[in-house]
Amino acid sequence: MSETSMKRHMGLKASRTLGNTLIYILLIVISIIWLVPFVCIVLQSFRVESTWQVGYVIPRQWGVDNYVNLFSTNFPRWYINTFITAVCTALLQTVIVLCMSYTLSRFRFKMRKPLMRFMLILGMFPGMLTMIILYRVLKDLGLTQANATPGLILVYIASSGMGYYVSKGFFDTVPKSLDEAARVDGATRAQVLRKIILPLSKPIVIYTILTAFMGPWGDFVFASYISFGNPIGMNVAVGLYSWLTPDQISKSYTMFCAGGVLVALPVTLLFLFLQKYYVEGVTGGAVKG
Amino acid sequence: MAKLSDLEFLRLSKGKRILYRIGQFFAAIPKAIAGIFIKLWTLIKNCVLAIGREIKDIVTSFIQGDWKTKVSYVVMGFGCLARGQILRGLLFLLFEVVFIGYMVLSGGYWLSMMPSLGKVGPTEEYNLIFDTFVTKYNDNSFQILLYSVLTIFFIIAFIYTWRVNIRQSRMAEKILASGKKLKSGRDDLRSMVDESFHKTLLALPMTGIIIFTVLPIVFMVLVAFTNYDGSHDGYINNLFHWVGMDNFNTMFSWSSANGTQSYAATFGEILAWTLMWAFFATFSNYFLGMFVAMAINKKGIKVKKLWRTILVMTIAIPQFISLLYVSKMFAKDGILNGFLLDMGWIDKALPFWEDPTWARVSVILINIWIGIPYLMLIATGILMNIPADLYESARIDGANPWQQYTRITLPYMLFITGPYLLTSFTGNMNNFNVIFLLTGGAPLNPAASSAAGNVGYTDLLITWLFKITTGADSKYYLASVVGILVFVVVALISLIVYNVLPSIKNEEDFQ
Repeated sequence: MSETSMKRHMGLKASRTLGNTLIYILLIVISIIWLVPFVCIVLQSFRVESTWQVGYVIPRQWGVDNYVNLFSTNFPRWYINTFITAVCTALLQTVIVLCMSYTLSRFRFKMRKPLMRFMLILGMFPGMLTMIILYRVLKDLGLTQANATPGLILVYIASSGMGYYVSKGFFDTVPKSLDEAARVDGATRAQVLRKIILPLSKPIVIYTILTAFMGPWGDFVFASYISFGNPIGMNVAVGLYSWLTPDQISKSYTMFCAGGVLVALPVTLLFLFLQKYYVEGVTGGAVKG
Repeated sequence: MAKLSDLEFLRLSKGKRILYRIGQFFAAIPKAIAGIFIKLWTLIKNCVLAIGREIKDIVTSFIQGDWKTKVSYVVMGFGCLARGQILRGLLFLLFEVVFIGYMVLSGGYWLSMMPSLGKVGPTEEYNLIFDTFVTKYNDNSFQILLYSVLTIFFIIAFIYTWRVNIRQSRMAEKILASGKKLKSGRDDLRSMVDESFHKTLLALPMTGIIIFTVLPIVFMVLVAFTNYDGSHDGYINNLFHWVGMDNFNTMFSWSSANGTQSYAATFGEILAWTLMWAFFATFSNYFLGMFVAMAINKKGIKVKKLWRTILVMTIAIPQFISLLYVSKMFAKDGILNGFLLDMGWIDKALPFWEDPTWARVSVILINIWIGIPYLMLIATGILMNIPADLYESARIDGANPWQQYTRITLPYMLFITGPYLLTSFTGNMNNFNVIFLLTGGAPLNPAASSAAGNVGYTDLLITWLFKITTGADSKYYLASVVGILVFVVVALISLIVYNVLPSIKNEEDFQ
């Protein structure tokens, strides 16, 4: 290597090192911004000396009182409600979404395009609007207030077929020649799905189960409509929100933090554990529209 | 705006090119709108033609068909039964019996009540046993409207099935005439897992969508033409009635009765903020997310997985926890203000949620915190797919990183994520969670609130809709009008973008 090109090489290297250092600094700053709220909520959940909102982060007196107090409230009830909802939704919604997306990806029938266009248009209506009538109907069926959990599951899964985009994108990438080969060998369409496609679809099945499971933990609108102020039927989001109203916040702010940590912990761990599948789903889905 | 040829375009300076492109985009909008109407017209025309063809076919089938087919016009499934397709025939017959039974027993009643939505409201009646007046509930407008919509759905389904029954009977007749064999019930059952497997798969999801989405939407669109609200709930207080276009007139009138701000002005204010919010929320996330993805992906950056994991924490943790907590952090007596006061950087608490401009900027900034991780994940996937030799040859030609970004990365990203940008824009317009959990619409907008409940400066159309339905008067009819307008706005934006941007026209392009 000649001297000048060596110098140039060194110069490039130096500028790259400088660039990378800047990026490291940036990433560290971003990470701090991203993590500070979560660190704060965990710290405040261990604060004992006061239950209201204060202007400092580190507790002056540590303890698990907030966690213990949770069990004398309706919190365990909310937690169980949400857990049941999440498990049922995860199972049923996955079946429905997979049926829908597989059909729209694999079969070419006359109504396919009109159906997809129709669902696109339906999706432009604010879903919240349907809540007014669904509430009255569920109320007539006795599935609101104290019995909100089954009602909520019904509402979540019933229209879940409209969220087929991501998994359709996945099925579009599975080669069609696989289906055709099996069909030539005499397999029925149902056998193709069960024996050929499903074993290949593990990533998208896990992605669908994961998102369907996480949905109910964060849903506020539908859950608050259907439980309608009855503490027995609330889910964690509605329940914990009721602790932050102006007349409750001074009593329950730190308990909100503790409850939030208990809710976030299992969901976050599950998510981080299955992160790979989530990333695959999100990237594939966005690209294919 | 005159269209330039490629050569003329290349002769322009850089700034002029951008201006030209933007000009072209807006110049294409009128044409796109015209295109929408032309498409609608063709759609309607095709529908009318198709119905005409069907009717003609029904008539010719009746004239040319044998007596078995002719009986099928009255007794559904007779043609199938007479030709040995017992299973199909029985299903058709069963459907007809159920339909007629339903129409006689209750469907007819609901339809007859539909024009009035109930005649007798709740009445006070003297009760001898308790020696007092008790309320007697009579007609139920809500049920009448709901069941008449359901009945109309049922009638449409019946007409469709009736048509299928005729077609099948006629087809069976032709098949037998040509000397072939008909499908047996066993064949039909087998085809449910084979040729018609898609029908089996779609049955459950579509039933759910029709009952829990289509039916409620039709119902709510109809509610916009009634006076259904908290004091006219159709059963316990008062019946509700059709009011024609009154609600739309109220919404679009600029004058108001008692000197308060009109609905039209309130709607305009909220719509302007909604569009502004959607624009900033979408594009701030888009470019910052792409930037972060590129930073993490850069050669030589270590522990890439750690950085990504930290960022996706905001996806993993349920939004109601993170957003509610952050909204309290930014409060007047919250941690952030406490910290800044302690450090002596400010003298009095910053009005994050009290001042309209502060609040609007804050929600957009906090939304970045929530939104960047999604974009980072998406952009990472796409960036990895850009062929490395593109950059290689650009570098050899002496392109600096900024040029590489604007000439390679950005066009590629925009092309691939075009549809995503559109859905993300409309999704942000309806982003209930972020606004409701962060500010709840606060700070209050006194002028707008005088017209329609507690409207705040950060309220989007969707949170306004929620406030209207849960507010003191529960003006469902107004919520329904707002919902329809949201739909119109979203549909218009989607259609325009869809027609103007070429890259998102074809579904198959992205497969």
